[in-house]
Amino acid sequence: MEKDQDKIINDVTTGEYKYGFHSDIEMEQLPRGLNEGIIRAISTKKNEPSWLLEFRLKSFRYWQAMKMPAWANLTIPEINYQDIIYYAAPKQKVGYTSLDDIDPELKKTFDKLGIPLEEQKHLSGVAVDAVMDSVSVKTTFKETLAESGIIFCSFSDAVREYPDLVKRYMGTVVPYTDNFFASLNSAVFSDGSFCYIPKGVRCPMELSTYFRINAANTGQFERTLLVADEESYVSYLEGCTAPMRDENQLHAAIVEIIAENNAEVKYSTVQNWYPGDKNGKGGVFNFVTKRGMCRGENSKISWTQIETGSAITWKYPSCILRGDNSTGEFYSVAVTNNHQQADTGTKMIHIGKNTKSTIVSKGISAGHGQNSYRGLVKVLKNATGARNFSQCDSLLLGDKCGAHTFPYIEVDNQSAIVEHEATTSKIGEDQIFYCNQRGISTEDAIGLIVNGYAREVINKLPMEFAVEAQKLLQISLEGSVG
Amino acid sequence: MLIIKDLKVSIEGKIILKGISLEIKAGEIHAIMGPNGSGKSTLAAVLAGRDFAEVTEGTITYMGKNLFDMSPEERSKEGIFLGFQYPIEIPGVSMVNFLKTALNEHRKHDGLEPLSASDFLKIMREKKELVEIDSKLANRSVNEGFSGGEKKKNEIFQMSILEPRLAILDETDSGLDIDALRIVANGVNKLKKPDNSTIVITHYQRLLDYIVPDVVHVLYDGRIVKTAGKELAMELEKKGYDWIKQEVYQNGIA
Repeated sequence: MEKDQDKIINDVTTGEYKYGFHSDIEMEQLPRGLNEGIIRAISTKKNEPSWLLEFRLKSFRYWQAMKMPAWANLTIPEINYQDIIYYAAPKQKVGYTSLDDIDPELKKTFDKLGIPLEEQKHLSGVAVDAVMDSVSVKTTFKETLAESGIIFCSFSDAVREYPDLVKRYMGTVVPYTDNFFASLNSAVFSDGSFCYIPKGVRCPMELSTYFRINAANTGQFERTLLVADEESYVSYLEGCTAPMRDENQLHAAIVEIIAENNAEVKYSTVQNWYPGDKNGKGGVFNFVTKRGMCRGENSKISWTQIETGSAITWKYPSCILRGDNSTGEFYSVAVTNNHQQADTGTKMIHIGKNTKSTIVSKGISAGHGQNSYRGLVKVLKNATGARNFSQCDSLLLGDKCGAHTFPYIEVDNQSAIVEHEATTSKIGEDQIFYCNQRGISTEDAIGLIVNGYAREVINKLPMEFAVEAQKLLQISLEGSVG
Repeated sequence: MLIIKDLKVSIEGKIILKGISLEIKAGEIHAIMGPNGSGKSTLAAVLAGRDFAEVTEGTITYMGKNLFDMSPEERSKEGIFLGFQYPIEIPGVSMVNFLKTALNEHRKHDGLEPLSASDFLKIMREKKELVEIDSKLANRSVNEGFSGGEKKKNEIFQMSILEPRLAILDETDSGLDIDALRIVANGVNKLKKPDNSTIVITHYQRLLDYIVPDVVHVLYDGRIVKTAGKELAMELEKKGYDWIKQEVYQNGIA
């Protein structure tokens, strides 16, 4: 019976990665390696103003003096930062004015990923910024959004067209000195999305960015900056995939969110980077700094992440609750299968009075996967009436994987209420048999049980993506229990 | 419908069933009684295809087919339903989703189109009334936080949706108060059709006041030591199991 269970675990965990194809697109690349010359070259390629080049160089000099941190519960092979290509872009005319300018191969790639670049073909009510390697390829529904004053464009366009907004907000939530990967990103970032929701506007559609790594030996370093002005609302979603390759690829992004008075931002991630093969060869290193600042009173930032891909996931989407009565939320499902590793969680920093935070983390480990939740709840001295509720659950499939929890709680205010709950469970043979006995196959039973376990988090996703996320969970565990 | 011949089963090397033969015809209700540890639940597990029980000898033929060639889910789709002694909790999975998935698997097997959500909900409503299950139960996660009685009622509710040909009720009466017992038994009786069969596994006679069996078997130490009509159950209730044990020893069977 143990053998059988091993077999199912094997079957479910050896599912194929469905986005592992590579597109043959003519690329323009800078040589491997990192030095001031490369940074200047990136900046020149993008026709950047001098203030941005200065920012990059300042970041680079700072980064040079830093060491990669080693505190995470991860085994990371040494990364040679001189062996990475920091800029790779599909060869195109500058500034895509119409769809006809886009390489048909590129269009085909995004079609294949289910992200058509033609607006009429797209899911109604979702605007997409499609990023391949180092550049944004196309942003849909730009004009429709502009009618209500919403700015949604590539980061490069924003630097050109809205330099004041970019200058005012960039680096205010994640400074270039923040951490090793944030400094690296600040030096070499090539594109990403920018979004500004003006005062009093409820964004009428879902905004999303789709990140695709295509070129070999490259790293992807994008920046997303999302500003919700007073009384505004936006729901934003990012998705990501990469080809199957034997070498590891680095993805070190920065996401900054600012929410002013009474603004609300929902940020959802469905992360499906190539996880490596079943022996742990290849896959993306996903080392990302994501942070939101609830600057205004009654503001709210909510992170939802479904992390199924990447060889190693290392990130803590966090909230700084500065405004009084502001709210931070973090809902996470992280899957580690085969030899995947994850050290992920959140930081909730309570500064303002009556600030509230909720953390729901659901780890799923299968195969030889190692899954760690790491989270900090910090209540500062003046945060009278702060409240936090944290729930960290781990689900194990099989007996070769691991789940770890590292909660940190620092409270400097007597009136704060901080609650932490944690559970660890195994998918029981009993549960699977119960489903079998009702006519449900083992494969479907695991999908059902895992989705049930993750339901609380999946329910937080926008409707259009919840179904996708459910399928993805099932696929990423395909072949894992038996 | 079901023919068991000389079935021998062991669990982790220990022989639990020592040669069981019985035949259940379409439309019959059989009760299997016996003291604790006699092998009743093992028999139910083998019928449902639980793999911890190792069949060392014997055959089981179900609807003319070799039961051992069928996976647990195939057995279910071919009409075998096991009412669990200890129903399993599946957190986060709604009863609606669970049962709709199960029923549509059965329908696929029978060459029928899957039911739409609204059609399925209609069936659920009808069956809820039939088995007198609290409508709130159906909106909760599978067995999660259910009381013992609710879990057992929920088994009968699932049975009503899947409409099995052969229902095996493993100690469905254990842990039930008299009202719950009546509801469960009524459910079983209402679901009874002329051509489907039921195996009622029970320690006590009281369930058989409500579900009247055609045949009663007494299982003791891995063997069927007595088979008779429903009056056997009454006798057991009055005299307990000791007289059976004595009889077995006197006849030198054990």
